[in-house]
Amino acid sequence: MNSLVLMRAVPDVVEELEIAADGKSLDRDAVRAIVCETDDHALEEALILKERHGGTVSVMALDADGVDDILYSALAKGADGAFKIATGEMAQCTRARAALFAAVIANHPVLRSVDLVLTGVQAIDDLDGILAPLVAFAMGRPSIDIVTSVVLGDNGKSAVVAKEFPSGVRGEFDLPLPAVIGIQASEKPPRYVPVTKLRNIMKTAKIESLSVPGGNLPSAPDVLTMNKPRVTSQAEMLDGTPEQISGKLVQLLTERGLL
Amino acid sequence: MAGNIWVFAEHWRGSLTDLTYECLALGRDLADQSKVSLEAVLVGHGVQTLADNLGVADSVLSVDDAELAEPESSRTAAILAALAKERAPQAILIPQSNISLSISSWLAAQLGVDAVNGCRDLRIADGRLVADCTLYGGKMEASVAPKGTPAILNIWPGSRPAERGRSTKKPARKDVSVTLAAVPTPHFRKYLEPEAGDVDITQKDVLIAVGRGIQNEGNLASATELAEMLDGAVCGSRPVIDQGWLPLSRQVGKSGLSVKPKAYLAFGISGAPEHVEGMRDSSLIVAVNSDKQAPIFNVAHVGVVADAMDVIDELSKALQTRKK
Repeated sequence: MNSLVLMRAVPDVVEELEIAADGKSLDRDAVRAIVCETDDHALEEALILKERHGGTVSVMALDADGVDDILYSALAKGADGAFKIATGEMAQCTRARAALFAAVIANHPVLRSVDLVLTGVQAIDDLDGILAPLVAFAMGRPSIDIVTSVVLGDNGKSAVVAKEFPSGVRGEFDLPLPAVIGIQASEKPPRYVPVTKLRNIMKTAKIESLSVPGGNLPSAPDVLTMNKPRVTSQAEMLDGTPEQISGKLVQLLTERGLL
Repeated sequence: MAGNIWVFAEHWRGSLTDLTYECLALGRDLADQSKVSLEAVLVGHGVQTLADNLGVADSVLSVDDAELAEPESSRTAAILAALAKERAPQAILIPQSNISLSISSWLAAQLGVDAVNGCRDLRIADGRLVADCTLYGGKMEASVAPKGTPAILNIWPGSRPAERGRSTKKPARKDVSVTLAAVPTPHFRKYLEPEAGDVDITQKDVLIAVGRGIQNEGNLASATELAEMLDGAVCGSRPVIDQGWLPLSRQVGKSGLSVKPKAYLAFGISGAPEHVEGMRDSSLIVAVNSDKQAPIFNVAHVGVVADAMDVIDELSKALQTRKK
Protein backbone atom coordinates (compact mmCIF):
# COMPACT_ATOMS: atom_id res chain seq x y z
CA MET A 1 0.00 0.00 0.00
CA ASN A 2 1.74 3.14 -1.21
CA SER A 3 0.36 6.40 0.12
CA LEU A 4 0.84 10.08 -0.56
CA VAL A 5 -0.12 12.61 2.11
CA LEU A 6 -0.96 16.18 1.11
CA MET A 7 0.05 18.57 3.89
CA ARG A 8 -0.62 22.25 4.44
CA ALA A 9 0.76 25.06 6.57
CA VAL A 10 -2.07 27.03 8.16
CA PRO A 11 -2.29 30.01 10.54
CA ASP A 12 -2.12 29.13 14.23
CA VAL A 13 -5.51 30.42 15.37
CA VAL A 14 -4.54 30.09 19.01
CA GLU A 15 -2.65 33.34 18.40
CA GLU A 16 -4.29 36.72 17.92
CA LEU A 17 -5.29 37.05 14.27
CA GLU A 18 -4.97 40.35 12.40
CA ILE A 19 -6.56 41.56 9.19
CA ALA A 20 -4.25 42.69 6.38
CA ALA A 21 -4.22 46.28 5.12
CA ASP A 22 -6.57 45.40 2.24
CA GLY A 23 -9.32 44.69 4.79
CA LYS A 24 -10.16 41.47 2.97
CA SER A 25 -7.58 38.94 4.07
CA LEU A 26 -5.64 37.63 7.01
CA ASP A 27 -2.29 39.25 7.77
CA ARG A 28 -0.23 36.09 7.44
CA ASP A 29 2.98 37.87 8.43
CA ALA A 30 1.47 38.53 11.84
CA VAL A 31 0.70 34.94 12.62
CA ARG A 32 2.72 31.76 13.02
CA ALA A 33 2.26 28.95 10.48
CA ILE A 34 1.69 25.46 11.82
CA VAL A 35 0.82 22.13 10.27
CA CYS A 36 -2.87 21.67 9.50
CA GLU A 37 -4.03 19.51 12.38
CA THR A 38 -6.06 17.06 10.31
CA ASP A 39 -3.17 16.73 7.81
CA ASP A 40 -1.04 15.60 10.73
CA HIS A 41 -3.68 12.96 11.46
CA ALA A 42 -3.66 11.97 7.76
CA LEU A 43 0.10 11.44 7.97
CA GLU A 44 -0.33 9.34 11.11
CA GLU A 45 -2.96 7.18 9.41
CA ALA A 46 -0.66 6.68 6.40
CA LEU A 47 2.18 5.63 8.71
CA ILE A 48 -0.17 3.21 10.49
CA LEU A 49 -1.12 1.76 7.07
CA LYS A 50 2.57 1.34 6.21
CA GLU A 51 3.21 -0.47 9.48
CA ARG A 52 0.15 -2.66 8.94
CA HIS A 53 0.46 -3.50 5.25
CA GLY A 54 3.95 -2.42 4.13
CA GLY A 55 4.59 -0.03 1.25
CA THR A 56 5.73 3.57 1.32
CA VAL A 57 4.54 6.95 2.54
CA SER A 58 5.36 10.12 0.63
CA VAL A 59 4.42 13.62 1.71
CA MET A 60 3.80 16.67 -0.45
CA ALA A 61 3.10 20.32 0.28
CA LEU A 62 2.74 23.59 -1.55
CA ASP A 63 5.61 25.96 -0.86
CA ALA A 64 4.80 28.41 1.92
CA ASP A 65 6.23 29.65 5.20
CA GLY A 66 6.68 26.77 7.59
CA VAL A 67 6.38 24.03 4.97
CA ASP A 68 9.99 22.79 5.22
CA ASP A 69 9.56 22.17 8.94
CA ILE A 70 6.34 20.27 8.28
CA LEU A 71 7.97 18.07 5.62
CA TYR A 72 11.11 17.38 7.67
CA SER A 73 8.92 16.49 10.64
CA ALA A 74 7.02 14.02 8.44
CA LEU A 75 10.30 12.43 7.32
CA ALA A 76 11.41 12.17 10.94
CA LYS A 77 8.16 10.40 11.77
CA GLY A 78 8.77 7.78 9.11
CA ALA A 79 7.78 9.15 5.71
CA ASP A 80 9.96 7.81 2.88
CA GLY A 81 10.04 10.87 0.65
CA ALA A 82 9.08 14.54 0.74
CA PHE A 83 8.07 16.79 -2.13
CA LYS A 84 7.52 20.53 -2.24
CA ILE A 85 5.63 22.21 -5.05
CA ALA A 86 7.76 25.23 -5.84
CA THR A 87 4.91 27.06 -7.54
CA GLY A 88 2.66 26.62 -4.55
CA GLU A 89 2.26 30.31 -3.91
CA MET A 90 0.18 30.51 -7.10
CA ALA A 91 -2.62 28.74 -5.30
CA GLN A 92 -4.75 31.24 -3.42
CA CYS A 93 -7.76 29.09 -2.68
CA THR A 94 -8.67 25.48 -2.01
CA ARG A 95 -9.80 24.80 -5.59
CA ALA A 96 -6.47 26.12 -6.90
CA ARG A 97 -4.50 24.10 -4.36
CA ALA A 98 -6.39 20.99 -5.44
CA ALA A 99 -5.65 21.73 -9.10
CA LEU A 100 -1.93 22.12 -8.40
CA PHE A 101 -1.70 18.97 -6.30
CA ALA A 102 -3.60 16.96 -8.91
CA ALA A 103 -1.45 18.27 -11.78
CA VAL A 104 1.81 17.49 -10.00
CA ILE A 105 0.67 14.00 -9.01
CA ALA A 106 -0.50 13.24 -12.56
CA ASN A 107 2.87 14.31 -14.00
CA HIS A 108 5.05 12.44 -11.53
CA PRO A 109 6.28 9.02 -12.70
CA VAL A 110 5.97 7.40 -9.26
CA LEU A 111 3.38 9.39 -7.34
CA ARG A 112 0.74 9.08 -10.04
CA SER A 113 0.39 5.39 -9.24
CA VAL A 114 0.03 5.58 -5.45
CA ASP A 115 -2.85 3.56 -4.03
CA LEU A 116 -4.06 6.26 -1.67
CA VAL A 117 -3.86 10.00 -1.48
CA LEU A 118 -4.66 11.17 2.04
CA THR A 119 -5.14 14.65 3.42
CA GLY A 120 -6.88 16.34 6.31
CA VAL A 121 -10.60 16.66 5.88
CA GLN A 122 -10.67 20.41 6.34
CA ALA A 123 -8.06 23.10 6.90
CA ILE A 124 -8.80 26.06 9.12
CA ASP A 125 -8.35 28.40 6.13
CA ASP A 126 -10.48 26.48 3.62
CA LEU A 127 -13.00 28.98 2.28
CA ASP A 128 -14.08 27.39 -1.00
CA GLY A 129 -14.69 23.71 -0.42
CA ILE A 130 -12.40 21.02 0.93
CA LEU A 131 -9.33 19.47 -0.60
CA ALA A 132 -9.93 15.71 -0.86
CA PRO A 133 -13.00 15.68 -3.14
CA LEU A 134 -11.55 18.46 -5.29
CA VAL A 135 -8.32 16.49 -5.80
CA ALA A 136 -10.31 13.30 -6.35
CA PHE A 137 -12.45 14.92 -9.03
CA ALA A 138 -9.38 16.26 -10.83
CA MET A 139 -7.73 12.83 -10.68
CA GLY A 140 -10.88 10.90 -11.57
CA ARG A 141 -10.72 8.85 -8.39
CA PRO A 142 -13.32 7.93 -5.78
CA SER A 143 -13.10 9.65 -2.44
CA ILE A 144 -14.61 9.75 1.02
CA ASP A 145 -14.27 12.26 3.83
CA ILE A 146 -14.40 12.57 7.62
CA VAL A 147 -12.60 9.26 7.91
CA THR A 148 -11.23 7.88 11.18
CA SER A 149 -9.73 4.53 10.15
CA VAL A 150 -8.45 2.82 7.00
CA VAL A 151 -7.68 -0.88 6.48
CA LEU A 152 -6.67 -2.57 3.23
CA GLY A 153 -9.42 -4.91 2.04
CA ASP A 154 -8.87 -8.66 1.67
CA ASN A 155 -8.69 -8.45 -2.11
CA GLY A 156 -6.10 -5.68 -2.04
CA LYS A 157 -8.22 -3.71 -4.50
CA SER A 158 -10.21 -1.72 -1.97
CA ALA A 159 -9.87 -0.18 1.45
CA VAL A 160 -12.37 -0.51 4.28
CA VAL A 161 -12.82 2.91 5.82
CA ALA A 162 -14.86 4.29 8.71
CA LYS A 163 -16.53 7.66 8.19
CA GLU A 164 -18.06 9.74 10.96
CA PHE A 165 -21.78 10.42 11.07
CA PRO A 166 -23.66 12.32 13.81
CA SER A 167 -23.95 11.22 17.44
CA GLY A 168 -20.81 9.11 17.51
CA VAL A 169 -22.07 6.75 14.79
CA ARG A 170 -19.62 5.74 12.06
CA GLY A 171 -20.34 4.24 8.69
CA GLU A 172 -18.13 1.53 7.22
CA PHE A 173 -17.53 1.78 3.46
CA ASP A 174 -15.64 -0.19 0.82
CA LEU A 175 -13.52 2.28 -1.11
CA PRO A 176 -12.21 1.10 -4.50
CA LEU A 177 -8.49 1.82 -4.96
CA PRO A 178 -6.80 3.98 -6.07
CA ALA A 179 -8.64 6.65 -4.11
CA VAL A 180 -8.44 9.89 -2.15
CA ILE A 181 -9.35 10.11 1.53
CA GLY A 182 -10.05 13.09 3.79
CA ILE A 183 -8.97 12.14 7.30
CA GLN A 184 -10.70 13.62 10.34
CA ALA A 185 -8.70 11.78 12.97
CA SER A 186 -6.20 8.93 12.88
CA GLU A 187 -6.73 5.71 14.79
CA LYS A 188 -4.05 6.80 17.26
CA PRO A 189 -2.89 10.34 18.12
CA PRO A 190 -0.12 11.66 15.84
CA ARG A 191 3.27 10.43 16.97
CA TYR A 192 5.81 12.66 18.64
CA VAL A 193 9.17 13.43 17.05
CA PRO A 194 12.14 13.97 19.38
CA VAL A 195 13.96 17.19 18.57
CA THR A 196 17.27 15.38 18.15
CA LYS A 197 15.77 13.10 15.51
CA LEU A 198 14.26 16.05 13.69
CA ARG A 199 17.57 17.91 13.69
CA ASN A 200 19.32 14.86 12.33
CA ILE A 201 16.79 14.46 9.52
CA MET A 202 17.17 18.12 8.61
CA LYS A 203 20.89 17.53 8.13
CA THR A 204 20.64 14.30 6.17
CA ALA A 205 17.34 14.17 4.30
CA LYS A 206 16.36 16.10 1.21
CA ILE A 207 13.08 17.65 0.17
CA GLU A 208 12.55 17.27 -3.57
CA SER A 209 11.29 20.41 -5.25
CA LEU A 210 8.73 20.02 -8.03
CA SER A 211 7.16 22.60 -10.27
CA VAL A 212 4.24 22.73 -12.63
CA PRO A 213 3.90 24.86 -15.75
CA GLY A 214 2.08 28.13 -15.20
CA GLY A 215 -1.49 28.20 -16.30
CA ASN A 216 -4.92 29.25 -15.32
CA LEU A 217 -5.81 28.17 -11.83
CA PRO A 218 -9.20 28.68 -10.24
CA SER A 219 -9.33 31.98 -8.40
CA ALA A 220 -10.70 32.49 -4.92
CA PRO A 221 -14.27 33.65 -4.32
CA ASP A 222 -14.46 37.43 -4.11
CA VAL A 223 -13.95 38.36 -0.46
CA LEU A 224 -15.60 41.75 -0.02
CA THR A 225 -14.72 42.37 3.61
CA MET A 226 -13.16 40.53 6.53
CA ASN A 227 -13.60 41.42 10.16
CA LYS A 228 -13.18 40.02 13.60
CA PRO A 229 -16.48 38.69 14.90
CA ARG A 230 -18.67 41.31 16.46
CA VAL A 231 -18.98 40.90 20.18
CA THR A 232 -22.39 39.37 20.57
CA SER A 233 -21.74 38.03 24.01
CA GLN A 234 -24.45 38.57 26.58
CA ALA A 235 -22.26 36.80 29.12
CA GLU A 236 -21.83 38.23 32.56
CA MET A 237 -18.05 38.51 32.83
CA LEU A 238 -16.56 37.69 36.23
CA ASP A 239 -13.43 39.56 37.30
CA GLY A 240 -11.00 39.00 40.12
CA THR A 241 -8.39 36.54 41.21
CA PRO A 242 -9.01 32.82 40.51
CA GLU A 243 -9.92 32.49 44.19
CA GLN A 244 -12.50 35.31 44.00
CA ILE A 245 -13.89 33.94 40.74
CA SER A 246 -14.24 30.47 42.27
CA GLY A 247 -16.22 31.96 45.14
CA LYS A 248 -18.61 33.56 42.67
CA LEU A 249 -18.97 30.28 40.74
CA VAL A 250 -19.77 28.39 43.93
CA GLN A 251 -22.45 30.98 44.71
CA LEU A 252 -23.86 30.66 41.19
CA LEU A 253 -24.00 26.85 41.33
CA THR A 254 -25.64 27.07 44.75
CA GLU A 255 -28.30 29.47 43.44
CA ARG A 256 -29.02 26.99 40.63
CA GLY A 257 -29.54 24.20 43.14
CA LEU A 258 -26.53 22.28 41.91
CA LEU A 259 -24.69 22.20 45.23
CA MET B 1 -34.31 36.15 -14.91
CA ALA B 2 -32.57 34.81 -11.84
CA GLY B 3 -32.93 31.12 -11.17
CA ASN B 4 -34.60 29.62 -8.15
CA ILE B 5 -33.04 28.96 -4.78
CA TRP B 6 -32.43 25.30 -4.00
CA VAL B 7 -32.03 23.63 -0.64
CA PHE B 8 -30.53 20.15 -0.54
CA ALA B 9 -32.80 18.24 1.85
CA GLU B 10 -30.37 16.32 4.03
CA HIS B 11 -31.79 13.27 5.75
CA TRP B 12 -30.31 10.47 7.77
CA ARG B 13 -31.79 7.25 9.04
CA GLY B 14 -35.24 8.13 7.79
CA SER B 15 -35.56 11.68 9.08
CA LEU B 16 -34.77 15.13 7.77
CA THR B 17 -32.06 16.78 9.86
CA ASP B 18 -32.59 19.96 11.88
CA LEU B 19 -30.00 21.63 9.69
CA THR B 20 -32.20 21.00 6.66
CA TYR B 21 -34.98 22.98 8.34
CA GLU B 22 -32.54 25.78 9.18
CA CYS B 23 -31.45 25.85 5.53
CA LEU B 24 -35.08 25.97 4.41
CA ALA B 25 -35.71 29.01 6.63
CA LEU B 26 -32.59 30.73 5.30
CA GLY B 27 -33.44 29.76 1.72
CA ARG B 28 -36.97 31.09 2.17
CA ASP B 29 -35.62 34.51 3.17
CA LEU B 30 -33.21 34.57 0.23
CA ALA B 31 -35.86 33.43 -2.26
CA ASP B 32 -38.28 36.09 -1.01
CA GLN B 33 -35.61 38.77 -1.30
CA SER B 34 -34.77 37.58 -4.83
CA LYS B 35 -38.48 37.19 -5.73
CA VAL B 36 -37.92 33.63 -6.97
CA SER B 37 -39.18 30.24 -5.85
CA LEU B 38 -37.63 28.07 -3.17
CA GLU B 39 -37.19 24.45 -4.19
CA ALA B 40 -36.08 21.60 -1.97
CA VAL B 41 -34.16 18.78 -3.63
CA LEU B 42 -34.64 15.39 -2.02
CA VAL B 43 -32.24 12.64 -3.08
CA GLY B 44 -32.15 9.14 -1.61
CA HIS B 45 -33.84 5.77 -1.75
CA GLY B 46 -37.28 5.13 -0.31
CA VAL B 47 -37.47 8.51 1.36
CA GLN B 48 -39.83 10.32 -0.99
CA THR B 49 -42.54 10.73 1.65
CA LEU B 50 -40.15 13.07 3.50
CA ALA B 51 -41.13 15.63 0.87
CA ASP B 52 -44.34 16.17 2.84
CA ASN B 53 -42.24 17.77 5.59
CA LEU B 54 -40.58 20.30 3.29
CA GLY B 55 -43.56 22.67 3.11
CA VAL B 56 -41.56 25.85 3.61
CA ALA B 57 -40.34 25.24 0.06
CA ASP B 58 -42.64 26.06 -2.85
CA SER B 59 -41.92 22.71 -4.43
CA VAL B 60 -39.79 19.61 -4.07
CA LEU B 61 -37.68 17.88 -6.72
CA SER B 62 -37.39 14.26 -5.69
CA VAL B 63 -34.91 11.70 -7.02
CA ASP B 64 -35.20 8.06 -5.95
CA ASP B 65 -31.82 6.40 -6.46
CA ALA B 66 -31.35 2.80 -5.40
CA GLU B 67 -27.61 3.38 -4.89
CA LEU B 68 -28.31 5.99 -2.23
CA ALA B 69 -30.03 4.00 0.47
CA GLU B 70 -27.34 5.53 2.67
CA PRO B 71 -25.63 8.90 2.11
CA GLU B 72 -22.70 9.06 -0.33
CA SER B 73 -21.47 12.46 -1.37
CA SER B 74 -19.98 12.02 -4.84
CA ARG B 75 -23.04 10.28 -6.29
CA THR B 76 -25.39 12.74 -4.59
CA ALA B 77 -23.38 15.62 -6.05
CA ALA B 78 -23.46 14.06 -9.52
CA ILE B 79 -27.27 13.93 -9.33
CA LEU B 80 -27.46 17.54 -8.12
CA ALA B 81 -25.08 18.63 -10.88
CA ALA B 82 -27.18 16.94 -13.57
CA LEU B 83 -30.34 18.61 -12.24
CA ALA B 84 -28.63 22.00 -11.92
CA LYS B 85 -27.40 21.89 -15.52
CA GLU B 86 -30.98 21.34 -16.68
CA ARG B 87 -32.76 23.76 -14.38
CA ALA B 88 -30.22 26.53 -13.67
CA PRO B 89 -30.83 27.50 -10.03
CA GLN B 90 -29.01 30.63 -8.85
CA ALA B 91 -27.90 29.10 -5.56
CA ILE B 92 -27.80 25.68 -3.89
CA LEU B 93 -27.80 25.61 -0.09
CA ILE B 94 -26.20 22.50 1.40
CA PRO B 95 -26.03 21.67 5.11
CA GLN B 96 -22.40 21.75 6.32
CA SER B 97 -22.60 18.63 8.42
CA ASN B 98 -20.67 15.42 8.72
CA ILE B 99 -23.33 13.78 6.57
CA SER B 100 -23.06 16.18 3.63
CA LEU B 101 -19.76 18.07 4.02
CA SER B 102 -18.11 17.08 0.76
CA ILE B 103 -21.18 17.32 -1.51
CA SER B 104 -20.51 21.01 -2.12
CA SER B 105 -16.92 20.42 -3.23
CA TRP B 106 -17.89 17.63 -5.63
CA LEU B 107 -20.68 19.82 -6.98
CA ALA B 108 -18.46 22.90 -7.37
CA ALA B 109 -15.86 20.80 -9.21
CA GLN B 110 -18.45 19.32 -11.56
CA LEU B 111 -20.06 22.67 -12.34
CA GLY B 112 -16.82 24.70 -12.37
CA VAL B 113 -18.13 27.25 -9.88
CA ASP B 114 -17.26 28.43 -6.39
CA ALA B 115 -18.31 26.70 -3.22
CA VAL B 116 -18.33 28.80 -0.07
CA ASN B 117 -17.85 27.23 3.36
CA GLY B 118 -19.21 28.32 6.71
CA CYS B 119 -22.15 30.46 5.53
CA ARG B 120 -24.10 31.97 8.41
CA ASP B 121 -26.28 34.36 6.41
CA LEU B 122 -27.13 35.08 2.77
CA ARG B 123 -28.36 38.23 1.11
CA ILE B 124 -28.58 40.07 -2.19
CA ALA B 125 -26.46 43.23 -2.18
CA ASP B 126 -25.96 45.45 -5.22
CA GLY B 127 -27.41 42.69 -7.36
CA ARG B 128 -24.91 40.07 -6.13
CA LEU B 129 -25.46 37.17 -3.83
CA VAL B 130 -23.33 37.72 -0.73
CA ALA B 131 -22.57 35.09 1.90
CA ASP B 132 -21.56 36.10 5.41
CA CYS B 133 -19.19 33.38 6.55
CA THR B 134 -17.27 32.18 9.54
CA LEU B 135 -13.57 31.48 9.02
CA TYR B 136 -10.53 30.37 10.97
CA GLY B 137 -12.41 28.37 13.56
CA GLY B 138 -14.76 31.24 14.33
CA LYS B 139 -11.96 33.81 14.81
CA MET B 140 -12.83 35.77 11.64
CA GLU B 141 -15.89 36.64 9.60
CA ALA B 142 -15.99 37.49 5.93
CA SER B 143 -18.53 38.66 3.39
CA VAL B 144 -17.98 36.68 0.22
CA ALA B 145 -19.44 36.96 -3.28
CA PRO B 146 -19.09 33.59 -5.03
CA LYS B 147 -18.29 33.50 -8.73
CA GLY B 148 -20.33 31.49 -11.20
CA THR B 149 -23.87 30.22 -11.18
CA PRO B 150 -25.15 28.43 -9.27
CA ALA B 151 -23.44 29.53 -6.07
CA ILE B 152 -22.76 26.48 -3.92
CA LEU B 153 -23.25 27.44 -0.30
CA ASN B 154 -22.29 25.31 2.68
CA ILE B 155 -24.57 26.40 5.52
CA TRP B 156 -23.40 26.32 9.13
CA PRO B 157 -25.79 25.36 11.90
CA GLY B 158 -27.49 28.31 13.56
CA SER B 159 -28.25 30.53 10.56
CA ARG B 160 -31.98 30.46 11.31
CA PRO B 161 -34.13 28.69 13.91
CA ALA B 162 -35.07 25.23 12.67
CA GLU B 163 -38.68 25.90 13.69
CA ARG B 164 -38.93 28.56 10.97
CA GLY B 165 -38.14 25.87 8.41
CA ARG B 166 -41.02 23.62 9.44
CA SER B 167 -44.51 23.80 8.01
CA THR B 168 -47.63 21.68 7.96
CA LYS B 169 -48.20 22.63 4.33
CA LYS B 170 -47.53 19.86 1.82
CA PRO B 171 -45.48 21.15 -1.10
CA ALA B 172 -45.89 20.04 -4.68
CA ARG B 173 -43.53 17.13 -5.35
CA LYS B 174 -42.04 16.42 -8.73
CA ASP B 175 -40.39 13.03 -9.12
CA VAL B 176 -37.51 13.11 -11.55
CA SER B 177 -34.95 10.54 -12.63
CA VAL B 178 -31.29 11.05 -13.37
CA THR B 179 -29.08 8.62 -15.25
CA LEU B 180 -25.44 8.65 -14.28
CA ALA B 181 -22.40 7.08 -15.88
CA ALA B 182 -20.98 4.21 -13.87
CA VAL B 183 -17.98 5.41 -11.88
CA PRO B 184 -16.26 3.86 -8.84
CA THR B 185 -17.72 5.22 -5.62
CA PRO B 186 -17.51 4.25 -1.95
CA HIS B 187 -19.92 1.41 -1.19
CA PHE B 188 -21.74 1.41 2.16
CA ARG B 189 -21.28 -1.75 4.29
CA LYS B 190 -22.77 -1.06 7.71
CA TYR B 191 -23.09 1.37 10.57
CA LEU B 192 -20.82 1.09 13.57
CA GLU B 193 -22.79 2.20 16.62
CA PRO B 194 -20.87 4.08 19.33
CA GLU B 195 -19.57 1.97 22.14
CA ALA B 196 -21.29 2.77 25.41
CA GLY B 197 -18.95 4.73 27.64
CA ASP B 198 -18.52 4.29 31.35
CA VAL B 199 -20.65 7.42 31.80
CA ASP B 200 -23.56 8.75 29.74
CA ILE B 201 -22.72 12.45 29.57
CA THR B 202 -26.13 13.27 28.11
CA GLN B 203 -27.71 12.32 31.46
CA LYS B 204 -25.53 14.42 33.76
CA ASP B 205 -26.76 17.68 35.33
CA VAL B 206 -23.25 19.09 35.48
CA LEU B 207 -20.53 18.71 32.86
CA ILE B 208 -16.93 19.83 33.18
CA ALA B 209 -15.86 20.28 29.58
CA VAL B 210 -12.19 20.59 28.74
CA GLY B 211 -10.41 21.70 25.60
CA ARG B 212 -6.92 22.26 24.33
CA GLY B 213 -6.51 25.03 26.92
CA ILE B 214 -5.92 22.52 29.71
CA GLN B 215 -2.58 22.06 27.95
CA ASN B 216 -1.76 18.44 28.73
CA GLU B 217 -3.28 15.11 29.61
CA GLY B 218 -1.89 15.27 33.13
CA ASN B 219 -4.26 18.13 33.92
CA LEU B 220 -7.26 15.95 33.19
CA ALA B 221 -7.08 14.50 36.71
CA SER B 222 -7.88 17.91 38.22
CA ALA B 223 -10.88 18.33 35.93
CA THR B 224 -12.11 14.84 36.81
CA GLU B 225 -11.78 15.59 40.52
CA LEU B 226 -13.82 18.78 40.07
CA ALA B 227 -16.50 16.90 38.13
CA GLU B 228 -16.76 14.28 40.88
CA MET B 229 -17.23 16.97 43.52
CA LEU B 230 -20.16 18.31 41.50
CA ASP B 231 -21.60 14.83 40.86
CA GLY B 232 -20.96 15.49 37.20
CA ALA B 233 -18.71 14.11 34.48
CA VAL B 234 -15.80 15.27 32.36
CA CYS B 235 -16.29 15.70 28.63
CA GLY B 236 -14.26 17.38 25.94
CA SER B 237 -13.99 19.12 22.61
CA ARG B 238 -12.58 17.45 19.51
CA PRO B 239 -8.84 18.13 20.04
CA VAL B 240 -8.94 16.46 23.44
CA ILE B 241 -10.57 13.36 21.99
CA ASP B 242 -8.26 13.23 18.96
CA GLN B 243 -5.25 13.36 21.27
CA GLY B 244 -6.60 10.28 23.04
CA TRP B 245 -7.00 12.08 26.38
CA LEU B 246 -10.70 11.17 26.59
CA PRO B 247 -12.73 8.45 24.81
CA LEU B 248 -15.12 9.22 21.96
CA SER B 249 -18.06 8.67 24.34
CA ARG B 250 -17.05 11.92 26.07
CA GLN B 251 -16.95 14.09 22.94
CA VAL B 252 -19.39 16.98 22.70
CA GLY B 253 -20.11 18.52 19.33
CA LYS B 254 -20.99 17.83 15.73
CA SER B 255 -19.33 14.43 15.57
CA GLY B 256 -19.96 13.59 19.20
CA LEU B 257 -22.91 13.98 21.47
CA SER B 258 -25.32 16.85 21.99
CA VAL B 259 -25.83 17.68 25.65
CA LYS B 260 -28.21 19.93 27.58
CA PRO B 261 -27.04 19.82 31.21
CA LYS B 262 -28.17 22.23 33.90
CA ALA B 263 -24.59 23.54 34.02
CA TYR B 264 -21.87 23.25 31.37
CA LEU B 265 -18.53 24.53 32.62
CA ALA B 266 -16.17 24.90 29.66
CA PHE B 267 -12.48 25.17 30.51
CA GLY B 268 -9.98 26.06 27.79
CA ILE B 269 -12.45 25.52 24.96
CA SER B 270 -12.27 28.13 22.22
CA GLY B 271 -15.82 27.54 21.01
CA ALA B 272 -15.38 26.36 17.45
CA PRO B 273 -18.79 26.09 15.76
CA GLU B 274 -18.51 22.29 15.65
CA HIS B 275 -18.33 22.20 19.45
CA VAL B 276 -20.95 24.85 20.12
CA GLU B 277 -23.45 22.87 18.05
CA GLY B 278 -23.42 20.17 20.72
CA MET B 279 -23.78 22.29 23.88
CA ARG B 280 -25.48 25.57 23.02
CA ASP B 281 -28.80 24.49 24.59
CA SER B 282 -27.31 23.93 28.06
CA SER B 283 -29.26 25.78 30.79
CA LEU B 284 -26.16 27.48 32.17
CA ILE B 285 -22.90 27.85 30.26
CA VAL B 286 -19.82 29.05 32.11
CA ALA B 287 -16.78 29.62 29.90
CA VAL B 288 -13.23 30.02 31.21
CA ASN B 289 -10.62 30.91 28.60
CA SER B 290 -7.45 32.98 28.61
CA ASP B 291 -8.33 34.45 25.19
CA LYS B 292 -10.88 37.22 25.65
CA GLN B 293 -11.77 36.95 21.95
CA ALA B 294 -12.62 33.24 22.17
CA PRO B 295 -15.95 32.58 20.39
CA ILE B 296 -17.11 30.48 23.35
CA PHE B 297 -17.96 33.76 25.14
CA ASN B 298 -20.64 34.42 22.52
CA VAL B 299 -22.70 31.48 23.76
CA ALA B 300 -21.73 31.60 27.44
CA HIS B 301 -24.01 33.00 30.12
CA VAL B 302 -21.08 33.61 32.43
CA GLY B 303 -17.54 34.24 31.23
CA VAL B 304 -14.13 34.32 32.87
CA VAL B 305 -10.94 35.45 31.16
CA ALA B 306 -8.35 33.40 33.03
CA ASP B 307 -6.14 30.36 32.82
CA ALA B 308 -8.39 27.30 32.82
CA MET B 309 -6.27 25.28 35.24
CA ASP B 310 -6.02 28.14 37.76
CA VAL B 311 -9.82 28.30 37.98
CA ILE B 312 -10.26 24.52 38.06
CA ASP B 313 -7.83 24.26 40.97
CA GLU B 314 -9.33 27.15 42.92
CA LEU B 315 -12.89 26.00 42.33
CA SER B 316 -11.98 22.54 43.59
CA LYS B 317 -10.44 24.09 46.70
CA ALA B 318 -13.54 26.23 47.28
CA LEU B 319 -15.81 23.20 46.99
CA GLN B 320 -13.63 21.19 49.36
CA THR B 321 -13.74 24.04 51.89
CA ARG B 322 -17.49 24.29 51.56
CA LYS B 323 -17.85 20.55 52.17
CA LYS B 324 -15.94 20.65 55.47
